[in-house]
Amino acid sequence: MFELEARAEPSRLMSWLSPLLAVMLMLGGGVLVFWALGKDPVEGFRVFFLNPLKDFYSLSELLLKATPLMLCAIGLAIGFRANVWNIGAEGQFMLGAAAATGVALYFDGSDSSLLLPVMIVAGALGGAAWAAIPALLRTRFNANEILVSLMLVYVAQLFVSWLVFGPWKDPDGFNFPQTRMFGDAALMPALLEGTRLHYGFLLAIAVLIAGHAFMNRSFAGFRMRVAGAAPDAARYAGFSAARMIWVGLLLGGAAAGMAGMAEVAGPMGQLTDKVGSGYGFAAIIVAFVGRLNAFGIFLASLLMALLYIGGEQAQQYLNLPSSISMVFQGMLLFFLLGADVFINYRLRLRRRAPRSH
Amino acid sequence: MSQRSVPSAASAPPALHHAGPDPGAPPRLQLKGISKVYPTVVANDRVDLAVRPGEIRAILGENGAGKSTLMKIIYGVTHASAGQMLWEGREVQVANPAHARRLGIGMVFQHFSLFETLSVVENVALALPGRPALGELAQRISEVSERYGLPIDPRRHVHALSVGERQRVEIIRCLLQNPRLLIMDEPTSVLTPQAVKKLFETLRQLAAEGCSILYISHKLDEIQALCHTATVLRGGKLSGECIPAEETPQSMARLMIGKELPHCEHSAAQAGGEVRLSLAGLSHASLTPFGTDLKDIHLDVRAGEIVGIAGVSGNGQQELLRVISGEETLAEKFPVHICGVEAGSLRPGARRRLGLTFVPEERLGRGAVPDLSLTDNALLTAARGQQLVTGGFVRFGRARAFAERCIAAFNVKCGGPGAAAKSLSGGNLQKFIVGREILQAPRLFVCAQPTWGVDVGAAAFIRQSIIDLRDRGCAVLVISEELDELFEICDRIAVIAKGRLSPSRPAGETSVEDIGVWMSGLWPGSALMQAATPAYAEPLDV
Repeated sequence: MFELEARAEPSRLMSWLSPLLAVMLMLGGGVLVFWALGKDPVEGFRVFFLNPLKDFYSLSELLLKATPLMLCAIGLAIGFRANVWNIGAEGQFMLGAAAATGVALYFDGSDSSLLLPVMIVAGALGGAAWAAIPALLRTRFNANEILVSLMLVYVAQLFVSWLVFGPWKDPDGFNFPQTRMFGDAALMPALLEGTRLHYGFLLAIAVLIAGHAFMNRSFAGFRMRVAGAAPDAARYAGFSAARMIWVGLLLGGAAAGMAGMAEVAGPMGQLTDKVGSGYGFAAIIVAFVGRLNAFGIFLASLLMALLYIGGEQAQQYLNLPSSISMVFQGMLLFFLLGADVFINYRLRLRRRAPRSH
Repeated sequence: MSQRSVPSAASAPPALHHAGPDPGAPPRLQLKGISKVYPTVVANDRVDLAVRPGEIRAILGENGAGKSTLMKIIYGVTHASAGQMLWEGREVQVANPAHARRLGIGMVFQHFSLFETLSVVENVALALPGRPALGELAQRISEVSERYGLPIDPRRHVHALSVGERQRVEIIRCLLQNPRLLIMDEPTSVLTPQAVKKLFETLRQLAAEGCSILYISHKLDEIQALCHTATVLRGGKLSGECIPAEETPQSMARLMIGKELPHCEHSAAQAGGEVRLSLAGLSHASLTPFGTDLKDIHLDVRAGEIVGIAGVSGNGQQELLRVISGEETLAEKFPVHICGVEAGSLRPGARRRLGLTFVPEERLGRGAVPDLSLTDNALLTAARGQQLVTGGFVRFGRARAFAERCIAAFNVKCGGPGAAAKSLSGGNLQKFIVGREILQAPRLFVCAQPTWGVDVGAAAFIRQSIIDLRDRGCAVLVISEELDELFEICDRIAVIAKGRLSPSRPAGETSVEDIGVWMSGLWPGSALMQAATPAYAEPLDV
C-alpha cells in the first residue's frame, strides 16, 4: 500500500520536525494510557502537562529539574557525535555528587567563597574519574564502553550507599542514610527569590555554550565529528581513535559529575542514597531528542523536566504510580526513533507491483 | 587511455567473427524506450537495445553513462520508470532477480557476492532454488567447470581463492542455471591480461552454443577483441550502435565521450633525485583474517620520478598503502623511510609533517567525509600544513579559502565550498581530494587508484596533475590496477603479487605482457619461480 522511498539526501527539515512529531505522538499515546487506566484523559492531560506550567513557581521548578538534564546531556552529546556510547552518566553523576560532598564535609564550617568552585571542580573530576574506567578498558582491552559504563552505574550506587550508611552518615541524623546538611558556603545560592532555582542553572547554560563552541568551533570537536561520521576518514587523517574515546568519555563524565554536584549543593543540600534519580539515563533521551545540538538539548531538557514533574503531579492528583513518567520517557524515545526514519525516507503510495508469470 | 601503442593482451586478432550470430534471428531480448528516473538524476533516457541468440553485445560507456542501471533493470534489481521489455518476443516485467533467473537471465556483478567462510559448493547451493544435495551439486560444478575451461575445486573455501577464481565461481553459479542471456559487468577489472584471454575463450564458447551475452565495459580494446556488436551510452542516452571490428578506438571513443580521447604530456624523468620513500625489507602481518601479509618489500622512490605498482587487487596493495600512510603503524621505525627519516612507527599526522600526502582508494568515507562540506573536508588533512587551526580553534575563513583554491585549481564542479562531499560526482570528488593533497606541496605523494571510476576527462586531468607534480620535483608513488594508466604516467613499474614486490623496471623497457606475467608472481628471482610448490601449480590462474 505505502512504501518508503529513499530520499536523495537526508531532510534537514525532517530532522527538526521528527522530535516535534515524536512529542505529538507521545501526547496522543499518553491520552490513551490515561484512558486505559480508567482516568479521564482530559483531566490527565491537564494534570500531567499543564499543571507544571501554571505559575511562576512551577516554571522555576521546571528549570530546576532541567538543570542536571542539560548538563548530563551536553556532555553525552559530545561523545555520541563521535560514536562513543557512554550510557553510564547516571553513575558519573553519583560519583560527582559524592566527590563534591567529600569536599563540603571536609571543609565543613568553612565560609570561604572558594568552597563552591572547588566543589564544582571536585564534582567534575569525580565524574570524569568514573568515566575514565570505561575509557581505559575500551582503549586498553577493547571492552565495550556501553556495557562497562552501564554496569558501573550499579557499582556507583552501591559505593554511594556505603558512604551514607557508613563513614559519612550524619551522626545526628537518626540513622537515616544521609550525610549532614551542607553549610551555607557549600550551597548554591538561589537565583530567584522565593524559589529553589539556583546558580547551577547558570552553570548549565555556561556548559551548554562551551559545549556548543567545542563541538562546532574547535578542532578537537571537528575531529570527534569526523570520527563519528566516518571512522576510516579519521584514521586516514591521523586522528587518534583512542583520544576520541578518552575525550568523549571524560567530558561526558565531567559534565555529569558537575550535574551531581549541582544536585547535592542545590535542592538536596546533602548526599543521600537516593541522589541518582535517573537524570543520567533520561539525559540520553534528552541528547537524542535535542539532535546532539546545544540549543536542541536546552529545549529537550525542558520537555523531559516536564515529564518528571508531570509524573509527580499525576501521582499526587490522579493516584497514578510515579513510574508513569518513565512510561512517557520511553514513549518519547520510541516515537523519536520511529519518526527518524522519515529523515532518510519519504512515504509514498505504491504502484501496483509488477506481476511475475 | 594511452596513445602510446601498448600491445594489449586483449587485442587478439579479430578472428572470432565467423562465429557471430545469425543476423536474421529474432532478438532474444529487446528493450524499447527504457527510462529510469531517480529523484535527482535521469539514469536512462529512452534507451533501445536488442540482443540476438549467440550475440556478444558490448554496452559501452563512461562511468555514470547508465550502463549498470540498464543492466539492473534487465535483471530485475530495479524497475524501469517507463518503456517496454520483450523477452523472446513476449513483453515481460521482471519483478526481481529470482524472476530474471527463472526466465533464463544470469548476471555476474563487478563486486562479488560470495561468503568467504563457506566453500564453493555451499556458495553455489545458496543461490539455487530448493535444497540441492551438495555431493551431486559438486559433481555438476566440476562438469560445468571442465566444459567451459573454468577450473575450480568445489570443496575449497572462498577466502582461499584468488579474485580470478572467485569470478569463476560467480560465472559457474550463473551457468548452472542454463542462462540464455548472460550479463557481465566490467568482468576484467580484477583479472591479469592472461586471465582475460581465458575468460574471453569461455565467453566465445558460450556464445557459440547460442547464449546471448551483454558485456559491460569502458575498455575499447577488449570490446574490439570480444564483441560482435556494441551499444554506446552517453549521459543515460543511446549515443550510437556499431560493429567494433569495423571501428577504431578513436571512433568508438568519440561515440562514448563525444570527443577525442585526451592524452597526457609526459617528458622523461629527471634522474638521480634524492630518495624520498624507502622501504627496506618491510614485512608486516595483515590485521584482518583474510588480508595479505607483506613479505620482505624493498622499494625506493626518488624525487622527480613516478613509480607505479601494478597488481591484481587483493595482493597486498591495501596493506602496503596503510603501512606507508601510517594508518597502520609498525612496531619498528627502520623499515619505512620518509624523506630520510625512519618513520615506520610514526602516525599519519607525523608523516604528513615530513612531507607526505596521500590519496586513498576509497573516496567517500576515507578520503572524504560524505556528510561534511568541502570546507570541512579540506580541514581533514590540511589543518596543520595550511595553518587552518590556531589555539585549538578552527579558522573557518582560511579553511574555506583553501577549499576554494582546491576547487578553482582542479576545476571541481560543485555547489561551492559549502557543498557536502557526497553531493559531488566521483570524478569531481576525486579531483578535489587530489587537489587538496597536491596543493599542500608534498615532497612525497602517494596515490591509490587515481582514476578509479572517474570519467575520461577528469582522469586525463588527474594524470596530468600528477605528472606536473613530478616535474616540480616531488617523488610520486602510484598504485593502480589499470595497467594502461601505469604505462601512461609512470617512469618505473613494479608488481605486487601475494604480498611480495617485484623489482622495478623502466616503463619504456617492459610491456603489458611482461607485467601481466609478473602479476601472477612470476618475476625473475621471485619466490614462486624458485619453488613451484603444488599450491601454485597453476600460477597463471590468478
